[in-house]
Amino acid sequence: MKVALFVPCYVDQFYPHVAIATLELLEKLGVEVVYPEAQTCCGQPMANSGFEHLTHGCNDNFVRNFSGYDYIVSPSGSCVLHVKDHLHATDENAATNIRGRVYELVEFLTDILNVQNLPATFEHKVGLHQSCHGQRGLGISQMSELVAPPFSKTERLLHMVKGLELIRLNRTDECCGFGGTFCVAEEAVSVKMGIDRVADHVAHDASYITGNDMSCLMHLEGIIRRQKRAVKVVHIAEILNSVK
Amino acid sequence: MTEHKTYDHAALADKFNQDIPRVDWHDKTLWFIREKRDKAVWQLPEWEDLRETASQIKNNVLDNLHDYLLEFEKQAQQNGVTVHWAANAEEHNRIVHSIIAKHGVTDIVKSKSMLTEECHLNEYLHEKGITVVDTDLGERIVQLAGEPPSHIVLPCIHWKKEEIGELFHQHLGTPKGNADPQFLTAAAREHLRQRFLTSRVAITGVNFAVAETGEIVVCTNEGNADLGVQLADVHIACMGIEKIIPQRKHLGVFLRLLARSATGQPTTTYSSHFRKPRPGQTMHIVLVDNGRSERLQQESFRNALKCIRCGACMNTCPVYRRSGGHSYQYAIAGPIGSILAPSLDMKNHADLPFASTLCGSCSNVCPVKINIHEQLYQWRQVLVKEGYVSQAKKAGIYGMAAVLSRPGVYKTAGAVGRWFMKYIPVIVNNKLNPWYKQREMPAVPKQSFNEWYNKNRKQHGKQG
Repeated sequence: MKVALFVPCYVDQFYPHVAIATLELLEKLGVEVVYPEAQTCCGQPMANSGFEHLTHGCNDNFVRNFSGYDYIVSPSGSCVLHVKDHLHATDENAATNIRGRVYELVEFLTDILNVQNLPATFEHKVGLHQSCHGQRGLGISQMSELVAPPFSKTERLLHMVKGLELIRLNRTDECCGFGGTFCVAEEAVSVKMGIDRVADHVAHDASYITGNDMSCLMHLEGIIRRQKRAVKVVHIAEILNSVK
Repeated sequence: MTEHKTYDHAALADKFNQDIPRVDWHDKTLWFIREKRDKAVWQLPEWEDLRETASQIKNNVLDNLHDYLLEFEKQAQQNGVTVHWAANAEEHNRIVHSIIAKHGVTDIVKSKSMLTEECHLNEYLHEKGITVVDTDLGERIVQLAGEPPSHIVLPCIHWKKEEIGELFHQHLGTPKGNADPQFLTAAAREHLRQRFLTSRVAITGVNFAVAETGEIVVCTNEGNADLGVQLADVHIACMGIEKIIPQRKHLGVFLRLLARSATGQPTTTYSSHFRKPRPGQTMHIVLVDNGRSERLQQESFRNALKCIRCGACMNTCPVYRRSGGHSYQYAIAGPIGSILAPSLDMKNHADLPFASTLCGSCSNVCPVKINIHEQLYQWRQVLVKEGYVSQAKKAGIYGMAAVLSRPGVYKTAGAVGRWFMKYIPVIVNNKLNPWYKQREMPAVPKQSFNEWYNKNRKQHGKQG
């Protein structure tokens, strides 16, 4: 099985350790991972701002980089959802093929690798921030709005981590307010949403806030650092890859 | 439409957020209703099936709207009801006024109708010298305050009881400082009763119009629609043409969904069926298009017409809860308003599809399964293509697209950007950067993943 590692642009630039953790974790699980080096971005920042018609260059570049692999895996539910829903390219057959092969890290671990145990240890109280695009878009966990049986692929993996204590939240799946360009275009509401999310985790004594999307965590981290709170953010790949 | 610049949800939301305790209170109040809704819907194991059934009934209605409307008209006429057709808000207002004028009446009562809000009927009638008293308690409160409703089901949800006490003190003469909800409700009831008793014309909205029977169904918790209609000589019911359902039995689906979604009640206190005028009374139904036919032809946006106005999407929306209904500047606020408003007036409401994080909670609570968040995304594409976006934003996105479509440029730009952030942080850490106003920028790593990979792993990977 040959897997291409899709590293979102902001992870590449600001959170290389998240991409490194993803790479190491996949390799630890016996996957042959390739990193196509000329990748840039999935095009979501443009498309969500209403400029989907300007994403052709990005899309063609994406297709050039990610064709010919068994799977494409990324530590970001939001970018993966965007590719699944909106990737179209000059070579439409190749784009269609990619849309069917792209996976967010957690769903790849549970749905494709069928991971049953992990050699990970993370001895902390952890709150899980469910990023909307992974949860409601990719169906990584059940949504609180629906009358349907609960499940969570992310929590299932976190339960395999030795020493990790998962805290409960008052609002299990409320949006953090990042929202791409929303975070600057609607600064006041975006920040207020983030402050409220952080407060929910802090009220339940979380030492770390984790999630499947670094973009949400980047927003929450910005607030945490400004407010000088003790709680930290950590991407789920880092937890699943951590050893004592 | 009047020419003025696009409203600015972000600016009004920013203003709303100047009073954080109030934002917290507003958020918690509406979240409480979302939780009530959750409890109510979990009592029905068939909830998701009900949603799907309702969605399919409404899809059928939209596919056959022409036929159902004619069937409804025929049945209603046979019941002795006068049916009017209005192409737009102006015609609707004119028709309603002409009926009132014909009866020589100057004071009327009106129960809740979002359509009349959409058409600005109250203002129109006011200019014609007619006084309209809104009889829904929440609507009466905002009417006394000179405001539009901030929520379609809970019009005065942004008012605290102490403020309502003060408002009633000023307008209804209640004792100053009395904010007891029961007392204030009694005072409002007494005040409204005089209006009910003297009003010869009553306007109501319509929740459902049954094609099979020609009857309309009006749902209220206060019984104010019934009281108005039963005491008046003339009943005028105003409805958008999408309110049709094919058969009476379909109410068994919609009435179960509506109140549970709206407030968490099993059903509204009153679900009143009006089929024919009682002896001596006249009954009018005004069927209003006002852009609906046009929307029906837009494949991406047509199913917004399935909306039954329950307000669940507002209660669950994290943006609505923290920006307040008035920040939307449209009769229908929140996620559903944000997809309805631009199809009526794209220029003025171009801000609304961007007032969302696209989290998708709205689509999940919607009892008729409108894909609200997907339509918000689609509206953004339309608005940009139509030119309703600022030049600064346009330039920024063009620049972003140019960099991200060229791997070499992207790598250089990333490295240069990180260098500046690291060594001259004031470039981003300043008050012109909206991110930095209340958030720290991410710490700058010494190398990108790409650079790390080149140094550490290149021999194992595919050569770029």
